[in-house]
Formats: sequence, C-alpha cells, structure tokens
Amino acid sequence: MSQAELSQAGAAPRSPRPLWSLGLLRSEITMTFRRWRTLALLAVLAGVPVLVGVAVRIETGRGRSGGGGGGEGGPAFISQVTNNGVFLVFTSLAVTLPFFLPMAIGVIAGDSIAGEAHGGTLRYLLVAPAGRTRLLLVKYATTLTFCLVGTLTVALSALATGALLFPLGEVTLLSGTSIPLAEGLLRALAIAGAVALSLVGVAAIGLFLSTLTTSGIAAMATTVGLLITVQILDTLPQLETIQPYLFPHYWLSFADLLRDPVYWDQLAKNFGLQAVYAAVFGTAAWARFTTRDITA
Amino acid sequence: MPQPPATRPDGARASAPGAGPASPPPADPVIETRGLTKAYRGGQLAVDGLDLVVPRGSVFGFLGPNGCGKTTTIRMLMGLIDATAGSARVLGSPMPAAGRRVLPKVGALIEGPALYGFLSGRDNLRRFDAADPAADPRTRERRVDQALQRVGLAAAAGKKARAYSLGMKQRLGLAAALLQPRELLVLDEPTNGLDPQGMREIRALVRELAADGTTVFLSSHLLDEIEQVCTHAAVMARGRLITQGTVADLSATVLDTRASGRLTVTTPDPADAARVLKEHGVTELQLTDDRVTGDLPGAADGQVPPDLADLNAALVHAGVRVRAFGTERASLEDVFVQLTGEGFDVAG
Ligand SMILES: Nc1ncnc2c1ncn2[C@@H]1O[C@H](COP(=O)(O)OP(=O)(O)OP(=O)(O)O)[C@@H](O)[C@H]1O
Ligand SMILES: [Mg+2]
Repeated sequence: MSQAELSQAGAAPRSPRPLWSLGLLRSEITMTFRRWRTLALLAVLAGVPVLVGVAVRIETGRGRSGGGGGGEGGPAFISQVTNNGVFLVFTSLAVTLPFFLPMAIGVIAGDSIAGEAHGGTLRYLLVAPAGRTRLLLVKYATTLTFCLVGTLTVALSALATGALLFPLGEVTLLSGTSIPLAEGLLRALAIAGAVALSLVGVAAIGLFLSTLTTSGIAAMATTVGLLITVQILDTLPQLETIQPYLFPHYWLSFADLLRDPVYWDQLAKNFGLQAVYAAVFGTAAWARFTTRDITA
Repeated sequence: MPQPPATRPDGARASAPGAGPASPPPADPVIETRGLTKAYRGGQLAVDGLDLVVPRGSVFGFLGPNGCGKTTTIRMLMGLIDATAGSARVLGSPMPAAGRRVLPKVGALIEGPALYGFLSGRDNLRRFDAADPAADPRTRERRVDQALQRVGLAAAAGKKARAYSLGMKQRLGLAAALLQPRELLVLDEPTNGLDPQGMREIRALVRELAADGTTVFLSSHLLDEIEQVCTHAAVMARGRLITQGTVADLSATVLDTRASGRLTVTTPDPADAARVLKEHGVTELQLTDDRVTGDLPGAADGQVPPDLADLNAALVHAGVRVRAFGTERASLEDVFVQLTGEGFDVAG
C-alpha cells in the first residue's frame, strides 16, 4: 500500500468548477449506451424498418394488390414506399411511435432511479455527493438523449433500408406538391425531431414512477402498462372529452410536417402537451425524490 | 487538502487506563448528534435520542448487537434518511442541509459495498468519482489507480465487478471511499467478508489514515478489531446509546463495577497465597493449579482498596513465591456483553 501518497495527491486546494458537474452526465450517458440492454433496445428499433421494408417489398413483388391505402397517419405513407424509399422513414416512425419507441423509453426511464436504488449504488452516488436534484436532472437528460438516439436509429435504419430496396427521388407531399430529395430528407429529419419531442412526456412519467419504488422492473412494467392503457383510452369514442389531455393524443401530428405549407396547429398542441406532462411529472419526481428516505 | 492539525486522541490505548476520564470533549467534534431519533414507517424507534460525540482525530468504534440501529444512525449522518427528531452535525455543519459542502470530505462505506456489476472495478470507481462535483477530472485516473493499489485490487481492476468475490467487492467499496483525501471516513463493518490478510491490511490502513489526521468512524461486530484499532468507542443497544468514551475508560468502568477488578496471582504455593490474600480482605477466592484469583475489596464494600504493591509485598513476606501478579483488565468483549446483555435473540 502506498504510504500517505493520497494525502499529497490532493494537496492542491480543491476549488470545484461548474463544468465538473457535467462529469456525471457524461458518465451516465456513456454508461447507458454501453449497456447491453440499451443496445438490444436500439437493435429492436433498428429492426422494425427493415421488417416493414422487406414486407412491403415482398408484397409488391407479388403484384400490387392496392392494399394498405388511406387511413390516418402512418398507413397513408405505406403505399408511397414502393415509389420512394424516403417514405419508409415516415412509415417506420409512424409504426414505432405508438408502441416500440415509448416502450423503450419506459424501460430506460423506469430503471433510471429505481435500478440504482435496487442495486444500492444510489446511496453511494448520493454520498459522493451527486446531489438529488442534480442526479434527477442527469437521469432525465439521459432519458431524453435516448429518445433522440432511439428516434434517429429508426430513421437512419429506415433510410438505409429504403435506399437499398426502393428507388429514391422527389418527394410528393401530402398536399400534392413535389419537393426535391434533399429537401425531403430535411423534412425527414424534422419529423424525427418531432417524434423525439413527442416522447418527452412519457419520459417524465417513467422518471416519476422510477422514484416511487426500489424495483427497476416494477417501474418499467408500470410505465409500459400505463402507456398501453392510455393508448386504448385514446381510441374509445366515449372518452372524447378527456382525450385531448392524454399524452399520445397528438402524436401522429408529425405527418403535418409533410404538408405545404406545414400545419402547425396540431404540432404545437402536441409540444405544449408534452411540456405540461414534463413539468407536472418532473416536479412530482423532484418532490418525491428529494424527500425520500434512501434505505436500499 | 490542508488538514487541520490533528488533536491527538486523548487516552489512546497505550496510555494508562483512566488517564483522562475527566478530560473535556475536544472543541470541534467531527460528528455530534443531539437527541437523534428515527422511527421507520411502522412506528418502532430504530434510533432513540442518540447523543453521540466523535472527537476529531479519533478512531471511533461503534458497537452494538444486530438491529440496534447502527446503520440507521450512519444513514442519518450521511443525509440518506431524514431524522424523525433531533439534529446531527458532521464536520461542524448540519446534516443533511450542508451535504454538498460536507460530503466531499467524507468517505463512506454503508451497509456493504454496492457496485455496477456490468462495469469493471476501475469503471465503477470512475463513475463514483464523476458523481462528486468537487472531484477534479484531470486527476481522476491517478486517484483511481492509487485507490485501487491502496486496497490491493490493482491486478483485478479490469474485471467486471459482477465477477468479484465478496471480499473483492468490499475492497472496491473501500477504494471508492478513498478516492479523495478525506477528513472523515465512515465505515460500516469494513472487514466483512475479508480474509485475514485483508483484515490486517484494513487495520493497517485505518491506523495509517488516522496518523494522517483522518477521523475514522467504524462500526463492527469484531470486538478484537475495535480493541486493536480504536481509541474511542460507543455502545448501542435497542436504538439507545448506552455508553461512549475512550476504549481505556470503557474497560475501566467495567472494572469499577466489579469492585476494583479481579486479582490474579500465579504461584507454586497457591494455598499459602490464598491464606495471605484472605487476611488482606480479598474475597471470592478461587484456586486452579498454580493460579489464585479473587476480588479486591472495593470502596463499594465500605473498605479502602489495598495498594497492590503492599499486597504483593505481603505475599513475598509470607514466603509465597510469586511468578505473576496483577489485575485482569476487562476485555472489550466483557464490556460489550455486560452492557448489552447475554441474550442471543435480536430485539424485535
Ligand atoms: N427500511 C427499514 N424499514 C423499517 N425498519 C427498518 C428499516 N431498516 C432498518 N429497520 C429496523 O431498524 C432497526 C435498526 O436497523 P439497523 O439496520 O440500523 O441495525 P444495525 O445496527 O445496523 O444492525 P446490524 O448489526 O445487523 O447491521 C432494526 O430493528 C430494523 O428492523
Ligand atoms: Mg448494519
């Protein structure tokens, strides 16, 4: 054992710099994206566009039966995929947004605090001292990073699959006008951004649930269960009056980015609703986590 | 980090028993609690009105049977749980309010180590260090390496923590507490799961840290261990503090309650020795082979306790050949059992 070297190591006075606080965020993001679980979730998300693309390709190979046209949101694009691979991006985001993406967020957000509590590492982070508010912010920021990475994974995998299986070209918007491919790709990027922002609310709910228990699995399962329940409620005609307040209600509004000019109305409602959910559940998570006894 | 001049622990074990029973507590205790109380949900008091004072520079042993509230106390000191009543000050500042300022100067091992199984030992330390906003990232690698070396884990640092043995995990937990030079180390059962070499190393480490001026607060069931390294100790039972003070004083207290202690004379002439001792008022005499033991008359019996030197002279004068002569000092185990009772069952 080294003799008293340690006390000399810190002989220089420690004056914490504000930037050092970011170390925890970096550590958290690196750790999250190095976990097998995260990589598996991303692999699933990347797999969906490939499946959709291959399915469409096989379907057209058999002679187009004109199926799948019309309907709201997602399926509207699917008939376009054979003409233009870029539409696979829109289709895949429409397919993954109702379930796959929020489920993946639920896993990451639900495990964020509860998983640390379960493993006991939470107490060591807190005596480090990470600070409860700071730790919560870091966990939320990491979950939001995952929202963005997850969405981009779907989009990029879709673009790659679309480019491989179908021709790429001018994009015909929902309003009938055509735009060049480059602008179409920009719109795809904007849509990925809108989808990522749509997940801000579920992320906050998952974080809040995560502060309630010491079981990561329970928090994940509750978040995903809640998501499914709310998705079902959003389809019941009897509940029309409350549906505008349900977090997934305006999710498919991202399709409005494919109009010329863009319809902002529903998109704005979506972002506003997500902000409200983030504020309400973020505050609840903070109130709970900063007063909770850490006994695990 | 500039260390305040360490007040040398008063009444260290090497000094004569009872050297400083009346010495006032040092001005700035490292830990001070007033009526600290914790009731978990369910209502039963896990810690009940604790008034603890840990002097700066001491190696403080925190003793008590299973479930008496040691870990609960430590959790309150570290701001992990809120006290139901009472207050705690650590390094002079109130906890948990001043946690941000205090905790970077405190290293802690609380109820065993907790690690990220999917990270290597080194990555675990990097992560815990990154969680401390007062830790300089530029020196991180060096400090992590030093901490690993200090606990003898340098060779296994690249292994996933999930593949560590219990003792290796314990060592890594200790390494996390040693990432920075600390003013206070709080170690909840630090030698749990360690092999004998590991225990020796930890004891050596604790002594070394104490010599550097770090105050060490250590809970343990291993009384030998406490007796070997601690200058001070406190004993808890059923959530209450029973006694605290220097280890020497604690032993002396118990000797007092047993009159002035038990006299032991080793001699080839036990019968003669017993006769002489009886004449000088020694009671409860017992003879075993070449040993005679007995209780010295104490002030409790309204008698003046005889000077041991006079007693020895009387024996020799009477022609008794004395090989060894002295009073047995109570071991910490005696103190512990006397204070907390013989019972084996955990208080419900
Ligand atoms: N999370 C909890 N909820 C309710 N009661 C608890 C909780 N943790 C501990 N207790 C109770 O508080 C009391 C003190 O427990 P604590 O863990 O502080 O004991 P300890 O002195 O550390 O014991 P040991 O020597 O076994 O480590 C026990 O009666 C225990 O049952
Ligand atoms: Mg304990």
